[in-house]
Amino acid sequence: MFQPDSNISRKKPTYFREHQEALYKSLEDKHATVEVDQSDPLATRMTLNMGPQHPATHGVLRVLMELDGEVITKCRLDTGYLHRGIEKMAENKTYQEFMPYTDRMDYLSPYSNNVALCLAVEKIANMEIPDRATYIRMICCELARISSHLLWLGTMIMDAGALSFFLWTFREREKLYDIFDEVAGHRFTVSHSRIGGVNNDFTPVAEEKIRKFLREFPDELKGWHKILDRNRIFVDRNNGVGAIGHEEGIAIGLAGPSLRATGIAYDIRTFEPYMLYDQMDFMVPTRTEGDNLARYYCRMEEMAESVRIIEQCFEKMPKKGPIRVDDAKKSYPSKDEVYYSMEGLIHDFMMTDTGICPPAGAECYHAIEAPKGELGFYIQSDGTGHPWRLKINSPSFSNLQGLETILDGEMVADTVVVIGGLDPVMGDSDK
Amino acid sequence: MNIEIRDNLLQDIREFMGEDLLEMNLEYIHPLLRIKRDRLHDACRFLKNTLHFIYLNEIIGTDRFTSEDRFEVIYHLISLRNRQRLFLKVRVEEENPVLPTVTDIWKSANWNEREVFDMFGIRFEGHPDLRRIFLPEDFKYYPLRKEFPLLGVPGSLEMPNTTPDHD
Repeated sequence: MFQPDSNISRKKPTYFREHQEALYKSLEDKHATVEVDQSDPLATRMTLNMGPQHPATHGVLRVLMELDGEVITKCRLDTGYLHRGIEKMAENKTYQEFMPYTDRMDYLSPYSNNVALCLAVEKIANMEIPDRATYIRMICCELARISSHLLWLGTMIMDAGALSFFLWTFREREKLYDIFDEVAGHRFTVSHSRIGGVNNDFTPVAEEKIRKFLREFPDELKGWHKILDRNRIFVDRNNGVGAIGHEEGIAIGLAGPSLRATGIAYDIRTFEPYMLYDQMDFMVPTRTEGDNLARYYCRMEEMAESVRIIEQCFEKMPKKGPIRVDDAKKSYPSKDEVYYSMEGLIHDFMMTDTGICPPAGAECYHAIEAPKGELGFYIQSDGTGHPWRLKINSPSFSNLQGLETILDGEMVADTVVVIGGLDPVMGDSDK
Repeated sequence: MNIEIRDNLLQDIREFMGEDLLEMNLEYIHPLLRIKRDRLHDACRFLKNTLHFIYLNEIIGTDRFTSEDRFEVIYHLISLRNRQRLFLKVRVEEENPVLPTVTDIWKSANWNEREVFDMFGIRFEGHPDLRRIFLPEDFKYYPLRKEFPLLGVPGSLEMPNTTPDHD
């Protein structure tokens, strides 16, 4: 039985006793080689539980810290409060049925998740999708990136103490919600992508809304840069906080903007271009400091790059064309066919019942650059309409693992800023 | 992904592993290699130190549901220098599923190994902190094994009483 340090007072846990004791014990054991002065005459050492219901943890993350005064000597993360067993569910659903579940993973950028799954299934089933559908996906993925980064910006700055920013970024997010409402029919969980294409084409109104957003957004962004870049309070609060070097960043497996802020230009859009990103002209913003301020600059510049990508997409996009594979064995037929032809109805039924069946024994991995980093799906098929195994490689999981290392030696007041800077989403991490 | 570089790397691996490289699958561009279990640690060290696969992205566990070599663990590695991905597989039997840890080679293996342990019950020898990651320690099942029911096991976890006046 675990005997807690007698200097530290703790209440006996009521539920999940074994789990709680193992967690506390693990905290005791961390850096066990370091000699700690057990006498502690001023009683400055304490164990602090933050979360899982703390508002600044962006969901249900629990951070267990051991403090020496104001400094975190070591910390452990407890995750899994939002574990829904999404991989188990995937094994019992057809590929298309599983697609709406991906909306609930990283719920701040649902479109990217849909596209990531669809691309992985299309890869394992060897499907080519029409160009117009690819452009629609790219445009919406970049909009999702902006939307996710906007929420990060609002909450991170709110964690740092500036409340009004949250309202400004949400005003912009509201416009994005309106766009998604027009494009997909849902504001939040869009589920717009289909295996083999997308559900419906842009309406003229949707296109006009996106163009309007593109015209107005860069000015907003410029204004935010103006207010933050040389803001003494903001810079002091973030400069050098949660800093990590590039070697350590790779070793602890950071992903996305957090890794790029350490100086490693690892972006799947250029590392291994998918969709039509190889035809786009854009930069991958990097910084070398690896601290919270560097992460801020990376994400802000990424938003500007996203706007550029969407503009290029609109230029290159074919004006008309199919938006879904015209092969009833691989993708849903259009609603017109379903309502007015017998075969269409049968195919629709077959797609819903069995769905697409990749070759038996096939295994493949496909990743996209989601707003928070590399989001990949590893699929093993047994030849039926259900995946035999579907593993989600989620960026928040990788970043949270890094948080355990990053927080060591930081001030306790900086915890919320560092969590805000890494931008984890628990739905993504806990699966 | 450059096919030429990939094939050169595979040649190096083939020379290093020799007979112990059991299977190679290049069907979907990314190489999937299966090696003998005893050589795992050795191979990982070689991949990292000689071939620059410095970034361990994830560790995937799968349940093949066969009587022999039931579980498969897949290491997803990235070489940033050569812009390559590689999947390294080993198989583990059902009785006493144990693998050597790779946390001493890649630090990021820590949580990933914990996840595989949590979901499949595969233990990693030498892991510094092998606890369950998503489910509480009090839970005694491994949910991603194929025999675990989709609806869960009723009563497997003690839940807080939801009525306010239960004490």
